[in-house]
Amino acid sequence: MSEPTAETKSVMTLPREEVVSPLTGEPIVQYQGVTKTFGDLEVIKGIDLALYPGEKMALIGPSGSGKTTLGRMLMTLEEPTTGTILIDGEPLWQMKTSSGKLVRANEKHLRRMRQKIGMVFQHFNLFPHLSVLRNVTLAPMSVLGLSKEEAYQRAVEMLTKVGLQDKLGEYPSRLSGGQKQRVAIARALVMQPKVMVFDEVTSALDPELVGEVLEVIKEIAIDSDMAMMLITHEMDFARDIADRVIFGAEGRIVEQGSPEAIFEQPESERLQSFLKRFR
Amino acid sequence: MSVPWLDWLPLLGEGTLITIKIALLSIAVALCLSALAGLGSTSPIIIIRIASRTYIELFRACSLLVLLFWVYFALPFVGVELSKLWAGVLAIGLNIGAYGAEIVRSAIFAVPKGQYEASLALNLTPTERTWKIIIPQAVARMIPPMSNLLIELLKSTSLVYFITLSDLTYEAMIIRNNYYSYTPYIFALLLGIYFVLSSSISITMRILERKFTAWR
Repeated sequence: MSEPTAETKSVMTLPREEVVSPLTGEPIVQYQGVTKTFGDLEVIKGIDLALYPGEKMALIGPSGSGKTTLGRMLMTLEEPTTGTILIDGEPLWQMKTSSGKLVRANEKHLRRMRQKIGMVFQHFNLFPHLSVLRNVTLAPMSVLGLSKEEAYQRAVEMLTKVGLQDKLGEYPSRLSGGQKQRVAIARALVMQPKVMVFDEVTSALDPELVGEVLEVIKEIAIDSDMAMMLITHEMDFARDIADRVIFGAEGRIVEQGSPEAIFEQPESERLQSFLKRFR
Repeated sequence: MSVPWLDWLPLLGEGTLITIKIALLSIAVALCLSALAGLGSTSPIIIIRIASRTYIELFRACSLLVLLFWVYFALPFVGVELSKLWAGVLAIGLNIGAYGAEIVRSAIFAVPKGQYEASLALNLTPTERTWKIIIPQAVARMIPPMSNLLIELLKSTSLVYFITLSDLTYEAMIIRNNYYSYTPYIFALLLGIYFVLSSSISITMRILERKFTAWR
């Protein structure tokens, strides 16, 4: 890692150590000096960030700020260019050999680590060739090794939670966007991850369908002790359910704090002008 | 003048059976090769990818008739002697399989990337991702172009005439020698039989398509 430049320091109003999370204990996720470059484009320019067990963290910022890339690196869909991501203190993208050397993670290591992470995508990505029920039972049976009955029971429980218990036999093509996204939420929840990444889950929805999806997420946020990383453009939603809001721009964290602090007393000019667009 | 259809039936019947036999065997060979080389050209292992690409480029560029001659007339020189039937099946299978492999490959690449990402996020193994998520969706996309290709295959079986395998076309030519003045009828009948055969392929594929795309 190179030393942070003067510019980096000036935009990071609060270093990681000074942010007091509302939750205590060891962080479940830690980004340490993480950067990500696509070709010539540096999307993430050095991020230090911790997520605590049960914490609901909202990531806001203009498009191109790297929010989604942060989530995708956690889900092991993108590999950081430099830096480390720790999950429960263990490197996600590196593993220790028998001699104690850190090497690039293999698929086996990634699968073990991935078990703790879940993700809901902007474009739902339901499996179109499988029924709603099968979408939700597939991974519990294949990955967790549950029996058909156990998986069915868990799936129905989750689909009831998202209000779709009467759609078990439907194919995704027969559902509305909001219903699809709720199935996708049930499908991710059923794996009981410790951390769930919600990646702009309402951005692809018709405006009138946004509410039903946010409502479901809100209920889950209140009910569960799962940590959440909410990448979102819905400011009211972020304010409602987040314990902490991170504002990022151009691959850096510009400002972070409680929803009240971020939305009522934004310090940086970047954040002030960003928020103006949502008023 | 009445056309002696009935006199032709035994020969045409035998020829049709041979044509069906070559077609079915060639379809089996072509589909296997399509699947192997098509999947192979998406493999992360470079050797497999190179082998698949080499096969596809080589046999797609081959004239089927020349390939047929090569298999039947040239291979015996290196000690491989195949019956006419197997020479035909091998040549057609190799040639059509190379086209089919491209259909398989493009169908796999046409499955949206989000499907792969979602199956990875659910922590499915690489094998499960391929066989439970990607392939079933790719198969649905393969069927219409594959249907075209198999009809093409059926029609190209008539090339075995040139290695004197007594298929439908060959028998029709024999009949034509004996009933020269009926030539238009003979060839009309020949076309009719090929039409019926290719219709049965397209109907089968239509049924398969409906079955594999019930979710759409």
